[in-house]
Amino acid sequence: MARIQPTPEADGTAGATGRRKAVRYAVPVVVAGVAASAIGIGSALASSGAPDLPKISAQDLIAKMAASDTRQMSGTVKISTDLGLPALPSGLSLGGGAKGGGGKGGDASPQAKLTELASGTHTLRVASDGPDKQRLSVVEQSAEYSVVRNGDQVWAYDSASNTAYHSKAQQGQHGGSNSREGMPGDVKDASPQELAKKALAAADDTTAVTVDGTAKVAGRDTYQLLIKPKQSETTVGSIRIAVDAKNGVPLKFTLSPKSGGKAVVDASFTKVDFGKPAADTFSFTPPKGAKVTEGGKEVGKEAKGGRLPEGLDGLTGGAGHEGGSKVIGKGWASIAEFKGDKAAVPGKGRSQGADKNAGKNGDASKLLDSFGSKVTGDFGSGRVFSTRIVNALMTDDGRVYVGAVSKDALIKAADAAK
Amino acid sequence: MSQADVLPIRPGRPNPLWRLSLFRNETVTVFRRWRTLALLGVLAAVPVLVGIAVKLETGRGGGDGGGGGPAFINQVTNNGLFLVFTSLAVTLPFFLPMAVGVVAGDSVAGEASAGTLRYLLVAPAGRTRLLLAKYASTLVFCLAATLVVAVSALTVGALLFPLGDVTLISGTTVSFGDGLLRALAIAGLVAASLTGLAALGLFVSTLTDSGIAAMATTVGLLITVQILDQFPQLHAVQPYLFPHYWQSFADLLRDPVWGEQLLRNLGLQALYVAVFGSAAWARFTTRDVTA
Repeated sequence: MARIQPTPEADGTAGATGRRKAVRYAVPVVVAGVAASAIGIGSALASSGAPDLPKISAQDLIAKMAASDTRQMSGTVKISTDLGLPALPSGLSLGGGAKGGGGKGGDASPQAKLTELASGTHTLRVASDGPDKQRLSVVEQSAEYSVVRNGDQVWAYDSASNTAYHSKAQQGQHGGSNSREGMPGDVKDASPQELAKKALAAADDTTAVTVDGTAKVAGRDTYQLLIKPKQSETTVGSIRIAVDAKNGVPLKFTLSPKSGGKAVVDASFTKVDFGKPAADTFSFTPPKGAKVTEGGKEVGKEAKGGRLPEGLDGLTGGAGHEGGSKVIGKGWASIAEFKGDKAAVPGKGRSQGADKNAGKNGDASKLLDSFGSKVTGDFGSGRVFSTRIVNALMTDDGRVYVGAVSKDALIKAADAAK
Repeated sequence: MSQADVLPIRPGRPNPLWRLSLFRNETVTVFRRWRTLALLGVLAAVPVLVGIAVKLETGRGGGDGGGGGPAFINQVTNNGLFLVFTSLAVTLPFFLPMAVGVVAGDSVAGEASAGTLRYLLVAPAGRTRLLLAKYASTLVFCLAATLVVAVSALTVGALLFPLGDVTLISGTTVSFGDGLLRALAIAGLVAASLTGLAALGLFVSTLTDSGIAAMATTVGLLITVQILDQFPQLHAVQPYLFPHYWQSFADLLRDPVWGEQLLRNLGLQALYVAVFGSAAWARFTTRDVTA
């Protein structure tokens, strides 16, 4: 069979053919190589390059943040949260737990939905124009969850289920703002601005605040504010806030645990614009065909949850709601104590019998058992639930201690309270 | 389609139209196959099935589905246009790329196994040009397949459900015309999402003389990559897998449109086209064709 040679003018020498072959095969290799190095250089450029800025003291930087009068901004925020929780079965995710606690599964209320931000990586689009016009959208695959606030009207829309949620905020108060008073490490706050304010409020003699170099965030020059707890009990390693050098707006917030490794919370603008957002950004009319839930009262009720982040609220089976709570210690080492409903505590009065705890808590206790570890002390015995930043001790007699502190500190607090 | 009555014979200097006619011949060859028509028929049937299923379900009053099911399916009963988005979201992971994989994998290897590749190469077109014509006709099929899904979905949607103003996933409502434009843009974007796979299939097709082997390899690669894209442990490499940003077409339905993932998708497809297109060229222009 006559072979059809690659080129009409085949010169016949095997060496030349081989060389031409090698040259041609080099083309895709070179293309792939160029692309790979372009990607590498691109990401290196994006993350490196500490800008050259005049020196500034920590106090001046904080003052700059406090004096910042930037009220108009829009941008994209990427928030990654790694609390170190074990992967939960889908039905028992943090969001699901809080939803169940709210009593109305499947509605579009912000409290339920925003809890989902407590794990994984999410992209948010935010826009703000003054203190009473905000918009926050959680970008999901082929879906979006938006919360729009305009004056005293708060709307939320979940495109995946085509449901809307409406509530009226009390004078000048954001529907979700009540739950924003959590401990350091509270993860619901989407905008770095809010997170930074909270961290600064916690800064007193327990904390070292320094300016640690500069960085580029979302294409803007920033100073890095480094906050380090002085107390040894806490699990918080450091908090790093990148503050815009021009207008003092925090653009990046990183919370690192003392144990090292990946940040627990890393919220950063990937794109930011300080221009006035279009007015229709904040107008919302419920789409035709969407199911609307009215939820004015939910907001007030939820606030009772107090300092317990909703994610943990879900984990403890809502035990914090019924009992009284108080705070032990100060600063970073503060521990919240809850005297919960005894029935809600799994394994009460039994050493291993948590599984037999029948009723609605059956599932929850099985779940708790799977990642709680037994501890004993002067207080009796209980279980410790660890995440990378927050630890909780649940005693068998129904008390719960939660804090961003080590296990030993929790046990000490329980012993002291006995 | 005879070249003789379109082209004046000018030996030595190929007319630019000549190239077009090669491309036209290849495209006609692709679309004249029964297999191609069957693939398009299957693609056209998907929106019909989805539409009827949704209609039956709501007819029984079981509409309170919550957030489950494929993307946008909750919106279909309100607006038939959403059937276009749902159908594209349903067919994009598997049906559409499988059809493209079959056509692309068959493009060169099919000729080789049928023994017709030699005769194609006898024509003074050159291998590079033949390969370009093959790839271009595959791209035409990508667009045609996407449009078949979209048009079928729009027809079924218009027949079974009301049409009207479109609620974007940010909760904003835009006019039907605007929604239709976005649907068209999405169809174009979905077709563009398939170009990387088409280049990969073309490369595989130049490696073997068996059309079936090339098709099976391409579709197998597609499935493997789709599975790899699901493992959270592989998140470091996933942004470089060609299907990773496929579902980003929904970003066109946000208000304002969110371009980040869209651009990444297009960039990634361009990269795959460049790498595997040049690899196919290197292989095809240097190999000995025996069949």
